[in-house]
Amino acid sequence: MEYFIIIISAIFVNNIVLAQFLGICPFLGVSNKLSTATGMAAAVCFVITLATIVTYLLNAYLLIPLNLTFLQTILFILVIAALVQMVEIVLKKTSPALYQALGIYLPLITTNCTVLGVAITVVTKEFTFGLPSHMLNLGEATVYAFATAVGYGLAMVLFAGLREHLALNNVPKAFKGIPIALITVSILAMAFMGFSGLV
Amino acid sequence: MTKFQLITKGFIKDNPTFVLVLGMCPTLATTTSAINGMSMGLATLFVLALSNMAIAAVAPRIPDKVHIPAYIVIIATFVTALQFLMQAYTPAMYNTLGLFIPLIVVNCIVLGRAEAFANKNSVIDSACDGLGVGLGFTLSLTVLGTIREILGSGSIFGWKFITGDGILAFVMAPGAFLCLGYLMVLFNKIAKKN
Repeated sequence: MEYFIIIISAIFVNNIVLAQFLGICPFLGVSNKLSTATGMAAAVCFVITLATIVTYLLNAYLLIPLNLTFLQTILFILVIAALVQMVEIVLKKTSPALYQALGIYLPLITTNCTVLGVAITVVTKEFTFGLPSHMLNLGEATVYAFATAVGYGLAMVLFAGLREHLALNNVPKAFKGIPIALITVSILAMAFMGFSGLV
Repeated sequence: MTKFQLITKGFIKDNPTFVLVLGMCPTLATTTSAINGMSMGLATLFVLALSNMAIAAVAPRIPDKVHIPAYIVIIATFVTALQFLMQAYTPAMYNTLGLFIPLIVVNCIVLGRAEAFANKNSVIDSACDGLGVGLGFTLSLTVLGTIREILGSGSIFGWKFITGDGILAFVMAPGAFLCLGYLMVLFNKIAKKN
């Protein structure tokens, strides 16, 4: 039941783009076409889950025992950068098909703030999820990271669908490009506000 | 470009928010009020100016292959210093801005300036550039924050001029996207007339 609450909360109620404002740059950047949006969403999903597990373990077994938690920001960003590079190399060798699909999106992910954002959130913030307020354990953190990434993918795919239609319309010159995209996201965010209070 | 031009270009010509469309996450997330937006802008300015200077100073000695990780470590160091400073002197603001202070590390404005300017210019010029872009960012965040505060809670810099509530949606997510969208439209209109 608790995992179910985490999943619903991370995908719909506290959607990472539409409620927490993370990862807006790639969200606006690669959502022109449905196919690129899906590719990016899959790559983000993969990296967020992996990065969260690694940084969670490093935090629990290295930084906390040594009393070095102030190094979180520096260590996490380095781990994420190294991890992205490693995933790229491993995918290239073992699964060329998957590498073809995700390849071009992977380098962009290092500076996608969702990855660092989720990694820092799960080790610093207390959550409730239907229980008394507590720090997440590894299982919960992993599920939270994965669900957040699914929420990111959902927002991205929905928005790419809207944007493909938008491209066919004749909007006033000053609204072209980013401004009309932001106004569309605003309406999408309003729709997602309907989920608040669900859990 | 003269030093004066470097410092003032961020306001209109190379405004990081409205022209370059960089650093959208803190722009949208922290502008719930004018003072929050301004604090976020100043925090970014601090990191931007110092990391630009440090990177300009060491760039010639960094091997090309590892320059991105090296820059990220330099930026992350200044962000950690900023976290300590804010925890000590402005703990309330540190808690309000929360996650978005450590996330300055991945703010594309900071790494963008390091790549585009600091690694091939002098320390003084890079400081001016960081200051200029940071001031432009602070200005746009303050403007956006002020507008959202007026509409959302009926106050300016915490001074309330209506009784009762404002339009709550403007403090929340939809209002952030909507305000920024319309501000960009306005900016496009004005910029095109010049």
